[in-house]
Amino acid sequence: MFKILKKEEKSDLVILFEIAAKDIAKKAKPGNFFILKIHEEGERIPLTIADFDRDKGTITSVFQKVGKTTYHLGILNEGDYLSDVIGPLGNPSHIENFGKVVCVGGGVGIAPVYPITKALKEAGNKIISIIGARSKDLLFWEDKMRKVSDELIVTTDDGSYGRKGVVTIPLEEILKGDQVKATKKHVPSFEDREVVQEPSVNLVIAIGPPIMMKFVCKTTEKFNVKTIVSLNSIMVDGTGMCGACRVEVGGETKFACVDGPEFDGHKVDFDLLMKRLQMYLVEEKVAMDMYSGKM
Amino acid sequence: MEEQEEKKEQKKKIKVKMREQPPLERIKNFNEVPHGYSPEEAVEEAIRCLSCKRPTCVDYCPVEVDIPGFLKLVKEGEFLEAAYKVKETNALPAVCGRVCPQEVQCESGCIVGKKGEPVAIGNLERFVADYEAEKGEVMIPEKPKPTGRKIAVIGSGPGGLTCAADLAMSGHQVTLFEALHKPGGVLIYGIPEFRLPKLIVEREVEYIKKLGVELVLNAVIGKIFTVDELLNEQGYDACFICTGAGLPMFMGIPGENLNGVYSANEFLTRANLMKSYLFPRYDTPIKRGRWVAVVGGGNVAMDAARVAMRLGSEKVYLIYRRSEAEMPARKAEVHHAHEEGIEFLFLTNPVRYLDDGQGNVRGVECIKMELGEPDESGRRRPVPIKGSEFQMEVDIAIPALGTRANPLLPKTMPDLKLNKRGYIIAEEATGMTSKRGVFAGGDIVTGAATVILAMGAGRKAARAINEYLKWKYWDFSGLAISQ
Ligand SMILES: Cc1cc2nc3c(=O)[nH]c(=O)nc-3n(C[C@H](O)[C@H](O)[C@H](O)COP(=O)(O)OP(=O)(O)OC[C@H]3O[C@@H](n4cnc5c(N)ncnc54)[C@H](O)[C@@H]3O)c2cc1C
Ligand SMILES: Cc1cc2nc3c(=O)[nH]c(=O)nc-3n(C[C@H](O)[C@H](O)[C@H](O)COP(=O)(O)OP(=O)(O)OC[C@H]3O[C@@H](n4cnc5c(N)ncnc54)[C@H](O)[C@@H]3O)c2cc1C
Ligand code: SF4
Ligand code: FES
Repeated sequence: MFKILKKEEKSDLVILFEIAAKDIAKKAKPGNFFILKIHEEGERIPLTIADFDRDKGTITSVFQKVGKTTYHLGILNEGDYLSDVIGPLGNPSHIENFGKVVCVGGGVGIAPVYPITKALKEAGNKIISIIGARSKDLLFWEDKMRKVSDELIVTTDDGSYGRKGVVTIPLEEILKGDQVKATKKHVPSFEDREVVQEPSVNLVIAIGPPIMMKFVCKTTEKFNVKTIVSLNSIMVDGTGMCGACRVEVGGETKFACVDGPEFDGHKVDFDLLMKRLQMYLVEEKVAMDMYSGKM
Repeated sequence: MEEQEEKKEQKKKIKVKMREQPPLERIKNFNEVPHGYSPEEAVEEAIRCLSCKRPTCVDYCPVEVDIPGFLKLVKEGEFLEAAYKVKETNALPAVCGRVCPQEVQCESGCIVGKKGEPVAIGNLERFVADYEAEKGEVMIPEKPKPTGRKIAVIGSGPGGLTCAADLAMSGHQVTLFEALHKPGGVLIYGIPEFRLPKLIVEREVEYIKKLGVELVLNAVIGKIFTVDELLNEQGYDACFICTGAGLPMFMGIPGENLNGVYSANEFLTRANLMKSYLFPRYDTPIKRGRWVAVVGGGNVAMDAARVAMRLGSEKVYLIYRRSEAEMPARKAEVHHAHEEGIEFLFLTNPVRYLDDGQGNVRGVECIKMELGEPDESGRRRPVPIKGSEFQMEVDIAIPALGTRANPLLPKTMPDLKLNKRGYIIAEEATGMTSKRGVFAGGDIVTGAATVILAMGAGRKAARAINEYLKWKYWDFSGLAISQ
């Protein structure tokens, strides 16, 4: 049994839990996820380890209510228990000093992008972060992200906060800026040297809804900037035993839980990912309807 | 008079059948198929045993159960004693009685089988184990003196359970680590309820807990702890790896990632471990196909097909590239599958899965095969017949093509020697590996095999661990390697 030590309602739909899981906290690294099951009849669902505290022995998760299990999680309170918590799973993010990195978090994807951003910052990278959500009330961790970024851009689709529009707009501007500088590089005039000193973006990390990751990748592809995404395919065991989490990367089948969840975004078949995420739409609706009826 | 004698003689040639749920009834539920013998039926069947002086049945039993010994006790009506007798060498008789391939083991060696049907040793093994459990007189041996030694057993399948039990009986402090949220390995996540009721597995797990084994669930070794941490930081004196062969294989043909194409592992894990046949009472969903194609000829394929049938499919096809004679599945299950209306397509192989345009499988294209020259396994190799392709409409497809070694744990142990296929290299007689203090056995060493062989490996390793704890001597020759 795993105790929920802290609950914060970030919005009507987004909730933060701090869960007592000493051994997992000890091993957790940015990029890892865990699997939880609420009770005997429950489903196993994967959630990212959005933060961890080795001294307190806790892991933090931020999740969005989208269906039966996450709604059920949402009614749990501090002091309640989860029957099963398994982790840390998946490969940790590759952290080193790449130079300049853009970290993009969309919606609840802000949570998983945070620990990676923090680690990249600590490794000496210059960080530009872009966080976006549908509207202001779905945004969270702006302060936390600001602390670990050299520059932070916030967007909302409806313009209720920050810049209006999707995350790919500022991303494209940043990359275009680099391109302008890069072309200038060939002009051997003295003033331009200064500009050239400013490093260009070497890496983009993007975590969020598949459709966002797909368009981030389309954007960065134009500028030939390596892009890492974290895939949220449907999972069961999370240890490579079932193959539910199959994704296609560079034309090859991979298991997201053990080969990922992070992959080279330019090679990912996002359309397949999105189709596979819809496999149980009918059943999910049945489960949710039954559950809301019960509530 | 003579006629009556003859009838009796004739009757002796066939075994007492177990009463079963009729096929049309049982495909609507997940309850166990055979009901098991009554005490009278058990005695009647046991009497067929000739109590051979040189019992050839025992030669074919991987753990050498004293078969004539326990059958004699059944004849005498001493059912509890009979159960204890089996348990001297087989820790999980209620499981083995149900899932062992007796037709290629003990029963294949039985002398009575030369002139008729062999003694139904498996049915009787099941009977005595169930009898013991029903009577509630399961013997808990007295706790031995603690040795103060700590052993980690990784993986709670039949191999891990057996090894943990044996080590606990030697007085060691045993921790059994399991990655999933329930113990039992394939017995829980793979083999369906109607073939092996989960209550039986739970009973065995309760038993080993009573022996003092500490069970730690949700512990993926390699992730939460490494083996080096267990040995060097957490004070374990030795470790037994019995993590199974859990990585599903696909054929690499087009369309395998369409929605509705399941690995047998996923399909069975959803159905059995997550109990999705009880959806929506249980939260985990599973697709109920109208027309289902299962690919493969082993126990796994048979289980997947029969689960699909019970989930309410109209038609379940079993596609196998060789002929019925080569099917590795347990004969009793093939028979049950036939009875349940599963349609077998032999000498057939899928070449691609067809898309309905929305990313769902709508059919499978197959090709006919013929048997050519024998391959390394001695079985004739199936070769495709050119131009024989045909298409079938299905909305669920379940490749059950076997499994491979899961690299998750070995990857964290660079000093552990693996063979080319990624299985751990271990000495057959001891389970000793190239890494000091680490033993291994079961499917992670041999590749997908059987419950009884995994149990045998668990027992041998327990014995070898006891020796190792005495002498702390490690001499891994790597010669006497299984495989
Ligand atoms: C590695 C990984 C990390 C994730 N991290 C987070 C996170 O930090 N925060 C967060 O809010 N969400 C995260 N998710 C997604 C989260 O697992 C799903 O939102 C959750 O499973 C939905 O369950 P439900 O019963 O509430 O909704 P459902 O009604 O069951 O499903 C809603 C949608 O969620 C997806 N989904 C359903 N079941 C699963 C499953 N078992 N595994 C994955 N996706 C599923 C499907 O696309 C489905 O249409 C992550 C997923 C993965 C694979
Ligand atoms: C569907 C199906 C039907 C079968 N039917 C039969 C049959 O009728 N008769 C028969 O004799 N055999 C049958 N078999 C084969 C038989 O079940 C296996 O040979 C046997 O279970 C192997 O036992 P094991 O102890 O080696 O491993 P498993 O039973 O595979 O158990 C391994 C356990 O280790 C756990 N594990 C894996 N990695 C880790 C890790 N890193 N940390 C912690 N735990 C871990 C797994 O979760 C699992 O619980 C069947 C197999 C399947 C899949
Ligand atoms: S070989 Fe057959 S008849 Fe002989 S002891 Fe074994 S079971 Fe009995
Ligand atoms: S979730 Fe089962 S293999 Fe990845």
